[in-house]
Amino acid sequence: MEKILEVKDLHVSFNTYAGKVRAVRGVGFELNKGESLAFVGESGCGKTVTAKSVLRLLKPPFAVIEEGSQILYKGQDVVHMDKKALSNYRGAEVSMIFQDPMTSLNPTMKVGRQIMESLQIHKKLDKKAAMEEAIHLLKLVNIPSPETRVNNYPHEMSGGMRQRVMIAIALACDPSVLIADEPTTALDVTIQAQIMDLLKELKEKLGTAIILVTHDLGVVANFADRVQVMYAGQVLERGTAREIFYDGRHPYTWALLSSVPKLAKESKQELYALKGTPPDLILPLNHCPFAARCEHCMSICKEQHPPETALSDTHKVSCWLQHPDAPNVTAFSGKEARS
Amino acid sequence: MSEKTAQLPENILEVTDLCKYFRVSRKATLKAVDHVTLTIRRGETLGLVGESGCGKTTCGRTMIRLYNPTSGTVKFNGVDISSLSGKRLLEFKKNAQIIFQDPYASLDPRMTIGEIISEGMNVHFNYSDKEKTDRVNDLLNKVGLAQDYANRFAHELSGGQRQRIGIARALAVDPQFIVCDEPISALDVSIQAQVVNLLIKLQREFKLTYLFISHDLSMVKHISDRVGVMYLGNLVELATNLELYDRPLHPYTKALISAIPTADPDGEATRQRIKLEGEVPSPINPPEGCRFVQRCKYACDRCRQETPKIREVKPNHFVACHRCEELENES
Amino acid sequence: MSKETKTQAVQLDKTIPNGAKTAAVPPIPKEKFTIIGTDDFSGDIIARPRIGYWADAWRRLRQNKVATVSLFFLILMVIMVIIGPYLNGINYEAVDNTAINQAPSAAHWFGTDALGRDLFSRVWQAGRVSIAIGIAGALIGTVVGCIYGGIAAYFGGIVDTILMRIVEVLFSIPYLLIVILISVITDSQSIFTLMLALTLTGWCNTARLVRGQMLQLKSQEFILAANALGVSPWTTIIKHLIPNTLGVILVAITFDIPSYIFSEAFLSYLGLGIKAPNTSWGALASAAQQTFAFYPYQMFFPALLIALTMLSFTLLGDGLRDALDPKLRK
Repeated sequence: MEKILEVKDLHVSFNTYAGKVRAVRGVGFELNKGESLAFVGESGCGKTVTAKSVLRLLKPPFAVIEEGSQILYKGQDVVHMDKKALSNYRGAEVSMIFQDPMTSLNPTMKVGRQIMESLQIHKKLDKKAAMEEAIHLLKLVNIPSPETRVNNYPHEMSGGMRQRVMIAIALACDPSVLIADEPTTALDVTIQAQIMDLLKELKEKLGTAIILVTHDLGVVANFADRVQVMYAGQVLERGTAREIFYDGRHPYTWALLSSVPKLAKESKQELYALKGTPPDLILPLNHCPFAARCEHCMSICKEQHPPETALSDTHKVSCWLQHPDAPNVTAFSGKEARS
Repeated sequence: MSEKTAQLPENILEVTDLCKYFRVSRKATLKAVDHVTLTIRRGETLGLVGESGCGKTTCGRTMIRLYNPTSGTVKFNGVDISSLSGKRLLEFKKNAQIIFQDPYASLDPRMTIGEIISEGMNVHFNYSDKEKTDRVNDLLNKVGLAQDYANRFAHELSGGQRQRIGIARALAVDPQFIVCDEPISALDVSIQAQVVNLLIKLQREFKLTYLFISHDLSMVKHISDRVGVMYLGNLVELATNLELYDRPLHPYTKALISAIPTADPDGEATRQRIKLEGEVPSPINPPEGCRFVQRCKYACDRCRQETPKIREVKPNHFVACHRCEELENES
Repeated sequence: MSKETKTQAVQLDKTIPNGAKTAAVPPIPKEKFTIIGTDDFSGDIIARPRIGYWADAWRRLRQNKVATVSLFFLILMVIMVIIGPYLNGINYEAVDNTAINQAPSAAHWFGTDALGRDLFSRVWQAGRVSIAIGIAGALIGTVVGCIYGGIAAYFGGIVDTILMRIVEVLFSIPYLLIVILISVITDSQSIFTLMLALTLTGWCNTARLVRGQMLQLKSQEFILAANALGVSPWTTIIKHLIPNTLGVILVAITFDIPSYIFSEAFLSYLGLGIKAPNTSWGALASAAQQTFAFYPYQMFFPALLIALTMLSFTLLGDGLRDALDPKLRK
């Protein structure tokens, strides 16, 4: 498989009045051509910051990608790219769609023009060709009667429709990577299903690699080839979707999976709920970030960072429970009998 | 308490033909809630699901008279609430409370947590300062927060903690019935579970009745005894949760349930989804006929002309669809 | 299906040599691997000190250097207009024919005017009038505007519509016209008339602002919650609506003061404002402009003070707005 994006030891900090908030702490991952990778975690776990760093969308001096972080796109260094290279990289190589399509579309511009804009800049198309391409793109994202829809303003469209337009804009210059940041969070269940199906279809049709950033494990199960579970700016576990969902090894992964009620399960039973809240990212955290909330926490967990243990070629987990001296704990033992 | 409950009717809330319209302009009327009929039994949790703009929040708010209904009646413990005023209205408000969706907007930023929780007590009880402090501490304890929080401001708390304060505020006046208006939608997964567990625990402890409004179908299934599904201001189906999720009858409910994503890659890969075409139409000036007609593949002429009334198709299973029996027999 | 995979994977895990798993880690004592479980979260004690709304806003205002400097300058100005006229011992009304149109000197720090009056004393006396008009005007405008806007927002519907149409009409009348009309009608040019003229339309902006803020608050969920709890409308206004509007009002006052100061200066400059022997910065500047080519310093000091005071109020207002914005709270 061809590796197109490689991130190594990414550290991102925000400078706030209260001090340095270290939002991303040593995240690394690889993305292969045409594959889908999901970043899963709760708010503040650094998944969106990681995704934005890949596009260098964070604003310095408030947000800083620390020295030593590496982002390589097809071997090119993204962290030190100059303005011109960056603009080409953002439009034509990697593009992004956001949670709220209303705020990322220009409300005073017809959607057709917004799609044409990047076509004219990056693909150097003339007006007529760009218009044709825009209509073609709207057709691609399953918008009915695209010929009339190009003349609509964003507010004349529904939420799902706007998200389709966003996807059309993102795909305008045939990027090889599409980053989707919570693309369905603002949408209703039935529309959510439509959008995820669309992304899946596009991935297969165009061979675009997709990074999906989400908190919703259900969305991931249906979509992602590989998943990485993030917490407090670090990757706790990574693996194929099946490895994570059926053979998760990190207590946080277990918690995430079992705090969502199962449709098949008897109702009104107590859900498994993590205690407390995620750590404040101003803190240094020189140990496992999940230690304070982990019911299998051991003394070592509060002293040292666990190393990343490889369980298979794809499945890796950072947890002291993988140490040979650690007691044998399985996901569904313990005091909470989870299905 | 037990003596009182013995005299009270079995249905804590009876909603008949409830309508709530908002006039948008001279010609346009937004029919947020349109002829909704349902009952809520004492001690149960009725889930209300639907997509955004389907009127579930307006419905909940009208039931506790935050909005005055356009037409129809809401009977609480057998008494029509729209006729209440003065002392009796106040007593109703003590008995029917609400928990809001947005944990940020629902707490006054200028008040301490103690002041927020004791707001209702000041209206309904004549507590001394000491009694008030004790009660606030007791309530904080009940929702799993330290007493220390009473002097804090809302902005110092995380989303989950704020939602607990919202729950404590509602509990402070000893209500019988609480409308939970999307109480978990704004929270993270692990925090959602905390709040839902708390709600279930409190329901057992205080014998509360809940109307649980949410768009999260799996959470509604988890917490509810019966579930109602709304679409564009209409209640389209109402049944016990097992019945509704296992044997839905309305085409919209079927599609909705089949769209729930589950954390099961293999299951997802083989699952047959019912795909809904198009999007929810506008609730402003809806046409006669079934509201779902544009997106329903079983729509017939009758569906376009006549709005289906909700009726009991099977025992305790209410559906508003002309063709549901027909479709049931076919499959 | 899923269970099978699980057991397989567990076996797979055990076949991986332990050495490979922990290669990079130095040996760790075994007792470190006993499960101690979670901390007790029953408290979830907040470590940060308690900080109230105003204390927090004050802290953020102090971090804003420009606003702090402006605030200090304004405090200095207030002190100076109180004590300034007495500092060099010359009465601001005292006419001295022996010292006309003098340049700044040891005796007359800012020089003297065409009648030989000491400009240093006069400038601070003028400052008293200007700043007093600014503050009084802003306060009157705010009180009227708050009540008006509050009524419009609270009652809503037709009341709101009528009240707001009136504001729009008042807004569209040029205030210069009103001032001239009022001076003609009352046939006086006292400070009182000037104040009346200035505040007659000055409250409109505040009224709009307060109405907007209250309308926004009215739909907030905490107001709905108070309603659901049966809290009376009056208590809701006192406890929720007013405290939550205070920030906006405070910012409005800070922006209003310089505009009143400027309006007064402008009117006095046109000869419609303060009359001698009393004076204001505008009146001083007006008097100085006739001889500006010969004695520019007579114009310089009042003009400089008008400019600096207005600038300081505006910058302070900016800082306050940022400091009071709940969205910026962390």
